[in-house]
Amino acid sequence: MASLGVWRHLVGARIRADWQYRTSFFLFLLSQTAVACMDLAVVASIFSQVDSLAGWSGAEVALLFGLSGVPFGLADLTISQVESASRHIKAGTFDLFLLRPVPALLHLSASEFALRRAGRVLQPAVVLVIALVVAPIDWSVETVALLLVTLVSGTLIFGSVWVVTSSIAFWTVESQEVANAFTYGGSLATSYPIDLFATWMRRLLTFLVPLAFVAYFPAARMLGRDQPLGLPSSVAWATPFVAIASVLAARAVWALAVRHHRSTGS
Amino acid sequence: MADEPIIDVAGLAKTFSVLRKAGRVRRRREDVVAVAGIDLQIERGAMVGYIGPNGAGKSTTIKMLTGILVPSSGRVRVDGLEPSRDRAELAKRIGVVFGQRSQLWWDLPLRDSFDLLRHVYRVPAARHAANLARYAEGLDLGPLLDVPVRQLSLGQRMRGELTAALLHDPPILLLDEPTIGLDVVSKEAVREFLVGLNEEQGTTVLLTTHDLTDVERLCERLLIIDHGTLIEDSTVAGITARYGTERTLVVDLAEPGPPLQVNGARVTRVEGPRQWLRFRRDDVSAAELLTRVTAQVDVRDLSVEEPDIETIVRAIYAR
Amino acid sequence: MRLYVEVARRTYARISTYRSATVAGVFTNTVFGFLLAYILLAVYDERGDVGGFDAIDAVTFVFVAQGLLMVLGMFDDTEIADRIRTGDVIVDLQRPYDHQAWWAGVSYGKALYYVVFRGVPPFVVGALVFHLRLPSPGNALAFAVSVALAVGVAFGWRYLLQLSAFWLLDVRGANQLGWLTAQFLSGAFLPIVFFPGWLESVSRALPFASMLQLPVEVWLGQYDAGDLPWVYAQQIAWGVALVLGGRYAMSRAVRRVVVQGG
Repeated sequence: MASLGVWRHLVGARIRADWQYRTSFFLFLLSQTAVACMDLAVVASIFSQVDSLAGWSGAEVALLFGLSGVPFGLADLTISQVESASRHIKAGTFDLFLLRPVPALLHLSASEFALRRAGRVLQPAVVLVIALVVAPIDWSVETVALLLVTLVSGTLIFGSVWVVTSSIAFWTVESQEVANAFTYGGSLATSYPIDLFATWMRRLLTFLVPLAFVAYFPAARMLGRDQPLGLPSSVAWATPFVAIASVLAARAVWALAVRHHRSTGS
Repeated sequence: MADEPIIDVAGLAKTFSVLRKAGRVRRRREDVVAVAGIDLQIERGAMVGYIGPNGAGKSTTIKMLTGILVPSSGRVRVDGLEPSRDRAELAKRIGVVFGQRSQLWWDLPLRDSFDLLRHVYRVPAARHAANLARYAEGLDLGPLLDVPVRQLSLGQRMRGELTAALLHDPPILLLDEPTIGLDVVSKEAVREFLVGLNEEQGTTVLLTTHDLTDVERLCERLLIIDHGTLIEDSTVAGITARYGTERTLVVDLAEPGPPLQVNGARVTRVEGPRQWLRFRRDDVSAAELLTRVTAQVDVRDLSVEEPDIETIVRAIYAR
Repeated sequence: MRLYVEVARRTYARISTYRSATVAGVFTNTVFGFLLAYILLAVYDERGDVGGFDAIDAVTFVFVAQGLLMVLGMFDDTEIADRIRTGDVIVDLQRPYDHQAWWAGVSYGKALYYVVFRGVPPFVVGALVFHLRLPSPGNALAFAVSVALAVGVAFGWRYLLQLSAFWLLDVRGANQLGWLTAQFLSGAFLPIVFFPGWLESVSRALPFASMLQLPVEVWLGQYDAGDLPWVYAQQIAWGVALVLGGRYAMSRAVRRVVVQGG
């Protein structure tokens, strides 16, 4: 994958450039960590008022939080830059990416790479580790495999949501806000058991925007809990396939979006 | 194969469908024709100028040649490739320089930009190093290589952009207003470099510009586009001959005097003993006019001024 | 004074042209409203009251708060800081008007537009699905007053944060951190009555509660008529403190600029 080499070099350049503005970098890093901490503080506050939420204990919700937060943070780090497509199109600089012999999405995401976003991965990772210790997980080889597969799949699913929602920028001008509703809203929704949402929302998060596969179904299986909507416990293992399907869908939507841009000049 | 034009365009057209406001809420869809059918062939090693008023369709054409924009109709072949289909492959064979937009990495030393582009274009290390050495010397970049791009002057940055565009040995170089904002010395440096490049490497150069001195110095051939069509496609000399209908005879009289009254010419300026006589080349030759002048007064010295391309092009736009 | 009203009016007109952005924003607010509402309702499956809020209070809080976020401008925009960074602020400071009052006018202009076009729609959508509490006419009026004051408090914070552009090369990190703190402690993520006791006390002692939590509590009828002056006093006190802080910071900044030659 020679493209990976190009990605590596472009990302390296971005990191070196950002490093010149060190104060800003660290402040940003701090604020990203703070964001994750505040999400955690919300969950912790809720559990200061009750002992369980929709039948899930604090430790179990912590597992959800970690299983949702780490992939979200990784996707944020690697592909969320696609959000900036809207800005580039407005400024007319998107065409610069089309002039290079590199896939536009790769160039865009590498050029806008922000190492400071790593702050959003660290804290959920810590929570995840703690949750893996304290939550009542049925440990087995399968559980470990499911955990690893879930983390990768979750990242791919969040990444796909990011790409698809950012592709709207090529058709309308204001994609950022709508994308936020799905990406950051998605992060919120996946940090909690979907049992507590209305049925139509549960269906939406399972079949339409398959975020329930990021954390909920795998967590339920790891904890030996029943799955909602009458689904079997093994639905958790559909996660990697959902991830692959999401990636394919995202690639298709992005290709369509770029083709539209090249047809109409947006 | 070498005889085929490197840029081959037939019936190229592009129509945009835009939403225009029609009242407070409703919007109407309108078709705007940006390019209305262009036929064009550029052979390898040519240096061609592409000019036109703003909004004439220049950048739309360039975008279609590079694959950024898909044509509404017509046929485009650049170096044998179809731009809209083979965009990535074509990108390796084109170098682009934007006068108003930088392709370099702003916060990093110039050298880093070149190195990054080596990876982006997959240029073998040895060839890249050789090219870099050659262009760094030709454009005097040596001391600048370790300077962050944001600290370079416009002229220095432009030389960096040129190098960046050429490191992967593209047979075609597209320049969009490369001398804009540059001081005279830098402009000359860029022009000299381009002429040398064209002569030594046979690089085909397509230059869009508003600076007509660029055109005069660099381009054997001039394309003029207006309202989406090519209104002119010939040499600079040819255009001058066709549209430069007026010339000026400048005479230095023996003594200062009142403006001359000469049949077939009119005095446009008087400075002491020097007078400028504007005449139409179709009406009278310079020699004949001179005869008429010397019949009236003693002439100490004289010269004939051709119309500059600027005046001509302005006249063409005004049509 | 007329000048600043004019500034507000012009800002209103300018913002109203960004229609698609407003629609997109309403969508986001509504989505978050639904998510947060259900999360909080799950808490009420376990207990009937949290810090004086019942289930209807909590869900109402969520939708009113989402509507108010944009009114208060509780986001890290950098309008003021941008002009400082580019040096354009020098021109502004030489004009015969008050820099801070000008930007306050801008804030109020935006607030006026958003109160209708961002504040109302999410609430209406929420009301279609959830049982939301509507205020009595008296409380509605009291709420309006409280929101007007809250906009001032939020502005004071915004002005202070963005003035850091005089000292920091890139203000975005500090700005983001500042608004994150404000959002969290003002109840934008979670009504502060849900915080553990100590955290709620800390929040109420800080200016951020005056931005969001207090006005929404007025809407919910959490205060008797006799309590209202105390609420307003808090908001006014914090507003004044932040505004004065901003003026002090500006005077230091101007001195610094003059010393450094711009």
